[in-house]
Formats: sequence, C-alpha cells, structure tokens
Amino acid sequence: MGKIRGRVLKYGDNVDTDGIIPARYCTSFLAADLAPHAMEDVDPEFSRKVRDGDILVAGRNFGCGSSRENAPLALKGAGIAAVVAKSFARIFYRNAINIGLPLVESEEAVLTCQEGEEMEIDLDRGLIYNRSRGLQANVQPYPFLMQEILAMGGMVAFVKKRLAERN
Amino acid sequence: MGMTISEKILAAHAGKPEVKPGQILFAKVDLSLATDIVTALTVRVFEEMGGRMLADPDRIVLVNDHYVPAKDIASAKLSKTMREFARRYDIKNYYEVGRAGICHVLLPEEGHVLPGDLIIGADSHTCTYGAVGAFATGVGSTDLAAAWALGELWFRVPETIRVNFWGKLPRWVTGKDLILKLLGEIGVEGALYKALEFGGDTMAQVDMAGRFTICNMAVEAGAKTGIVEPDALTERYVERRATRPYTLWHSDRDSAYCQSLDFSVEAMEPLVARPFSPDNVVSLGSLGNVEIDQVVIGSCTNGRLEDLRLACEAMHGRKVHPRVRVIVVPGSQRVLALAISEGLVSRLVAAGAIISPPTCGPCLGGHMGVLADRERCLSTTNRNFVGRMGDPSSEVYLSGPAVAGASAVLGRIAHPEEV
Ligand code: SF4
Repeated sequence: MGKIRGRVLKYGDNVDTDGIIPARYCTSFLAADLAPHAMEDVDPEFSRKVRDGDILVAGRNFGCGSSRENAPLALKGAGIAAVVAKSFARIFYRNAINIGLPLVESEEAVLTCQEGEEMEIDLDRGLIYNRSRGLQANVQPYPFLMQEILAMGGMVAFVKKRLAERN
Repeated sequence: MGMTISEKILAAHAGKPEVKPGQILFAKVDLSLATDIVTALTVRVFEEMGGRMLADPDRIVLVNDHYVPAKDIASAKLSKTMREFARRYDIKNYYEVGRAGICHVLLPEEGHVLPGDLIIGADSHTCTYGAVGAFATGVGSTDLAAAWALGELWFRVPETIRVNFWGKLPRWVTGKDLILKLLGEIGVEGALYKALEFGGDTMAQVDMAGRFTICNMAVEAGAKTGIVEPDALTERYVERRATRPYTLWHSDRDSAYCQSLDFSVEAMEPLVARPFSPDNVVSLGSLGNVEIDQVVIGSCTNGRLEDLRLACEAMHGRKVHPRVRVIVVPGSQRVLALAISEGLVSRLVAAGAIISPPTCGPCLGGHMGVLADRERCLSTTNRNFVGRMGDPSSEVYLSGPAVAGASAVLGRIAHPEEV
C-alpha cells in the first residue's frame, strides 16, 4: 500500500459530512465541482490553504452525519492524500476506503502533531512518523478485508474481480 | 452464549449458525434503497464495476425525496438519471414525484421493510427500519453499487448496546425525547460502530411512529443501526403491509451486550438539542428564553401522521406567532392525504403554517425553507450541525413535534402546557 508523505492540516472532533461538503453542493458528485467547497463550513479558508498531497488530521468521530460519498470525493479532489483521526464515523470510513482515500486511526499521532508539520504514513508497517518532530506512532491495523480493498485501489476493482470469479 | 437480534439477522443472511461481534462476513441483502440525491453516483459506480445486470432488480427501491419537486436544473438531472435507470433496468419499486415520500417514511408504509430483513440504503438514516425489527444500515454509493452487482455486501458484526426505558411516559414526552435523552447521555460517538437495541417496559407505550423516530436517530450516536425487538405492535403494523414472508427475531436472554443502559422516563419532560450537535441536549425547563424565526415540522424523524397530530394538538387551535414562519412537511403522499382528510392540513393552514410537498427539503438545507444568516429555527429533524439547514451562521434547535407546535404559537421554544 506504500507510503504517504505530506503536510498536516489539523481540525477538531466530530467534523461532520455537512461540514466536509454542504448539501448545497451535492447536486454534483464530480470531484472538480466538489473540491473547491471541501470543508467550507468547517473552515472557510480551507480551499486556499490546502495543497496537493496534504494530510488531514482530526479528532474523534471524523465524518459523522450524512452518508454522502461526496464527502471523501471532495477531500480527495481537493488534494488530501490521507486522513488521520482519533476515530472515524463508520459510513465515512467505508466510503473513503471504497474510493481509495486512505484513512488511518491513531490517537497518538493526532495528539502529537501540529498544523503545518511533516507527516509520513507507512501503511504496510502500520506506522506514522512525524518528520518535523522525529516522533513515531502506531496505527490501528485495517481489518483484512479492508486491506485487500485498499490494496486493489478501491471497491470498484474488488467487485470487478468478484464478478469475474463468478463467471 | 446467546445471540442478540442483530447477530441473529446477520448470521441468517450469511448462512452461518452463529456469528460474533467483530467478525467480518458477506451477507445477502434483502433490500437496498437509493434516492434522487445518491442514485446518479451509484449508477456511475455500478457501471464502472462492469455491472451489466442487477443481482435482483426487485430488491431495489428508488425514491424521489431529497429535492422534490426538483429545485434546480442540477437536481432535475439527478432525478432524471434515476428515472432513466429505473426504466432501463425495469425496477418496479421506483417512486415518482407525487407518488412518493421521504424514503424512511415511505418504505415502512409500503411494506418494503419487514422484521428480520437485512437492509442497506445509501442514506445514513436507513437505521430507521430497525423499528420493525430489521437490521438496517446506511452505506455510501459505492457499497450500494456493490450490492446491486453482487446481491451481497460485507459487514462487520457490531457489538450491541442494550438500552432500556422504564416506566410510564408522561404527557408530551415522545420517542424523540427518549432518543434525545440517550444522545445527551452517550454523545455523538457513544455507539460508534455498534448496534443500539431498545427495550424496557416503556417501549410498549411507544407507537410505531415513535419507534421509527428512536431508531432514526441511532446514527446520531454513531451507531450502525438501532433496533427494536418486534412485539404485538410490530406485528399489527407489518401484517397488513407485507407481501413476502418475514421472521420475528428476539435476543437471547444470555446475549452478550457490550453495555447496558437503563433510563427511567417517569419524571422526564420534553428535551431539546441546542446547536450545533444533536447530543447538546437540555430539558425544556433549563433552556431559558430562545426566540425563533422558523419552525419546521417534518422529516424522516418526525414527519408521520402521529407527529402532525401532536403538533396540531400542542398549538391548541391558536395562530402562528407573527414573527415566525412555520413549514409543515408531511412525510409522504399518504401522510399528506390522511392529514387532509383528518382536517389537520386545514387547521395548520388556518393557523398560518405553510404546507410543503412531502420532501426532505429544509432538513438538509436543500429547499422549501432554507435559513438566512443568523436565523434561528426549531426543527423536528435530526441534525443541527453548522450550516445543515442553510447559512453557516444560522442555528437549529431540535425537538419533538409537540414542542414544535407550542413554539410555533409562542414564538420561542416552549412547552405545550404554556400555550
Ligand atoms: S428527511 Fe433529512 S435526514 Fe431524513 S432522509 Fe431526508 S435529508 Fe436525510
């Protein structure tokens, strides 16, 4: 699954999907339409701050609320390479893995990083390095099935394979 | 060790004699739901998956509800994509504008969701169907497309939290207050990844409308589902609607619950969730003076006939406060028709409320009553996040329909006994 290295953008607990992408933009599901409005109601400055390859770091229950898949699509479209949080809401968790946006649960990594720092996630070894501070944190491992889905690049490829196996 | 109702339903659909929390399994899905706001993306993903055939078109329900009638060109296109997909794949259970309702009000009414079912929906409030003793959970478009193609989906068996309500329900205290009570207690991640199972002797006094309300907001605690063990009330509700067989599952006495919570309801008064989180719950008495600009009565949480009746009753035949706009959104065409024949609609209109067509509309800040900057709304819906119903500076308070009716009259958040 490889390594992801990027700059940290940090937010708090209970960031909900209405905040990640408000319903007023959900008449489209295209990343190009959604990305400029990602996180708009949480942080109106987000679209100016975010750079390609950034890592979004947040507190507990990230992605709670509406099941809209537009939420991980908006983040991915905005350039977010991965989300690290203390915990994730379950529908958001599945949606993000399904579309190939890696999510990593690690309370320790969240507590020990600041906005703007350099973070590296090693998905294979289950570790997060805070390059700015020289710290290392463990990652909650993915259930096996999710590893498989993520390794294939998402749920579309996974289903394709299962359909092919049936024929 | 015994199994909970959730474990039993998952086991039955995975073809296993026994399952345990934490286990990941593939299970056959009885019914999958999609709406106008998510179907277009689901169709695209389904096609990307190389899906040419739906595993079972008769197990798919498609509902126009979020933007009904279409609010702009973009939403009209979303609806059109769903309509065309339904025709192309011959989906019988397609609900057209004017013959539909909010999915979570409509599907139980039409007998699509039955006890013992395993149901997924590309909507987070799919957990509502737990009220009939089904295991129902929300997913995103990609998971839904996977189920369309495969007829099954993977699930992690959740731990179950048992929640018991005890005692006689006081007047004006409803299902909404019970679930707000729980949310205030355990918080928005109190049931993360878990199933909430509701019981206790109070539940026998909670009608089906109230049970739908309770299960509806299970997701607000992060739960995978909310579920009520089926009883005589459930059977009476489903037996005249069902067109296929169903199974009434019950939890074993020696089920392993990860947590057990008990609440006495006897001294309860109506509750309100303040902005900007559904777990920011206080009792009406300790709320203080909160003036409002708008009241919304409706949604998949509280848009049923029983809710409209209660709101009307709490208004005591009085007019809407001059400073307040009241938007009443019957949950389905059927609810609207019954509200007309019972005289509720004329009473509400005479009081100065506007009646919206059955739609999600204002609940998600879609249309039919979006809030301007710094406006304050009391709503019978389920979420009051920043910007949920309009401008990010607007505020949403959540309550049951009785408090909503009283507040409409008094222009501030009020107890029905004050009217
Ligand atoms: S009424 Fe509100 S919460 Fe319910 S399905 Fe519609 S948008 Fe979602």
